[in-house]
Amino acid sequence: MSQEKPHISSYRSHVFVLAALIVLTGISVAVTTLELGRLDTLVAMLIAGAKAGIVLVWFMHLKFDNKLYTIFTVLVIVVFLLVLYVTFFDYSYR
Amino acid sequence: MSESTKSNHESFLEYKGKYRGILGWILSTDHKRIGLLYLYTMLVFFSVAAILGLLMKIQLIAPGHTIMGPATYNAMFTMHGIIMIFIIVVPGLPAVFGNFFLPLMIGAKDVAFPKLNLASWWIYVIGILIVLTSQFMGDGPPDTGWTFYAPYSFQTPANIVPALVGAFVLGFSSILTGINFVVTIHRLRAPGMKWLKMPLFPWTLYATAWIQILATPVIGITLLLTVMERTLGVGIFDPALGGDPILYQHLFWIYSHPAVYIMILPGMGVISEILPVFSRKRIYGYKAIVLSSLAIAFVGYFVWGHHMFTSGMSGRALFAFSFLTFLVAIPSAIKVFNWVATMYKGSLIFQTPFFWAVSFVFVFMIGGFSGLTLGSLATNVHLHDTHFVVAHFHFIVFGGTGFSFLAALHYWFPKMFGRMFDASWANMGWLIFFAGFLALYLPMFYLGIMGMPRRYYDYLPEFHGANILSSLGAILMIGGALIIIVNLVRSSRYGEKTNDKNPWGGKTLEWQADTPPTLENWEDIPEVTEKPYEYK
Repeated sequence: MSQEKPHISSYRSHVFVLAALIVLTGISVAVTTLELGRLDTLVAMLIAGAKAGIVLVWFMHLKFDNKLYTIFTVLVIVVFLLVLYVTFFDYSYR
Repeated sequence: MSESTKSNHESFLEYKGKYRGILGWILSTDHKRIGLLYLYTMLVFFSVAAILGLLMKIQLIAPGHTIMGPATYNAMFTMHGIIMIFIIVVPGLPAVFGNFFLPLMIGAKDVAFPKLNLASWWIYVIGILIVLTSQFMGDGPPDTGWTFYAPYSFQTPANIVPALVGAFVLGFSSILTGINFVVTIHRLRAPGMKWLKMPLFPWTLYATAWIQILATPVIGITLLLTVMERTLGVGIFDPALGGDPILYQHLFWIYSHPAVYIMILPGMGVISEILPVFSRKRIYGYKAIVLSSLAIAFVGYFVWGHHMFTSGMSGRALFAFSFLTFLVAIPSAIKVFNWVATMYKGSLIFQTPFFWAVSFVFVFMIGGFSGLTLGSLATNVHLHDTHFVVAHFHFIVFGGTGFSFLAALHYWFPKMFGRMFDASWANMGWLIFFAGFLALYLPMFYLGIMGMPRRYYDYLPEFHGANILSSLGAILMIGGALIIIVNLVRSSRYGEKTNDKNPWGGKTLEWQADTPPTLENWEDIPEVTEKPYEYK
């Protein structure tokens, strides 16, 4: 099997990831003070999703890896979202 | 002779590495030894769970108290279920035959992460030990059934927490095995083995591995939340604290229904290996079988709600889950069609693995059709939580996974042990087991339709006749199982020795390796030029 070229991330990109995670954590704390009603969970999930995305793409090197890994990651996220959708499909019609 | 040369000439059974004796097994990172470790562990616990099942059937041979009371009966079916599901059938085929044969079938020397593979077995053993402690602690063995349904699982005084934690730990073993297999299949296939030249058993292991990776964490979290519910009263599932017990059922079945496919898909792979060999014919519709495996793995994710038709879900959800359940029958039926078409006009060879394979198809069909009966909303209301359900899932889980496990064991036995089993005893064992199986479970369909509920130690007098037949079937089946086990254990030590690399005339790569295989499987990694199953 062929070996892919290793990619070494720069300190700059690690600092970017750290800073983004700190800022987004601050935002997720800040939004708890707002009264968003039913959107509460959605907003929290969106911020958490953005944090997970940053970790996946830069910290875990998805951006620099074989595209196959991106495809599999996206497929897994799609399955996860479908499972969530099907579960809440029941709740929304009860 | 140098170490590496030695390892290429001695069989893996004789090879003496850094550790000797039992340490040479329990610390070995060789995928074949790890596969056998799983096999021996499962054999022990299968015997325990089978005895529990037999005792339950003896209790049901007559109405009222025969050999046990209700509390003992509840503990028996709970432990029977926990052992059979979490310790035997979920790890079953991937852990034993996947470990042993995946590298051999794709032309690799081992799995991608051999140390992780050994760690998986150790985690598996630790999980079993934790589950077992639940039997011997102060408040009595678990009595919830293997499903641990809320809210009973945090109301009962029995020892639920160790059973939950044990099942949680067992899940890690499953996830790690899944990761190992996905990476092995992606990275270690022999030169020339493109995806569509890979044999069908590895294909099903691949589909299964993804389910193991994606679905198992859900049950892990669910079981952990139940522990928190019991110990801290967090109120996620407890309606008294504002929780939702139906959410428990959603989360539980989001894993546990795909888990049925973890159990059955590798079994389908085994049957797809055996039928072409014993029909001396190319498998019919290779691509259709591959795609149907992936389709089962994918669609199987979204049908969990059919376990909850009477639980209080919304009407629209009921309709959606019923529709999806009917949808997943299509790829399963494609496989059955392909197996039958493979045998059609083949030169059939009537030997033990073939008998197991065709009886698998027979019982799987009955299990599948009864599954559609349960997937239909109207009939489900009548049949839910009756013996019909017990018959259905035993036809699928025991008839499917169990029969394919025994098919695999007989098929690959010469390669694993370098000895032949006694065919007459093996065939007799199969016949008795098969007859016992049908006598045990077919009456349960009738009992269920007539309204006998499951999980009761007692029943009305009108159910007596069918219960006698079913209990006698259980005794017959256990007799068959004993013949099979004694024959195989005896043959593994004293059976006729064979160095024949290919006693059945198979076309897949494992039949090109030595019998039994050497430590590293291959002197030189084979190059694949043909598709598998190319019988002229």
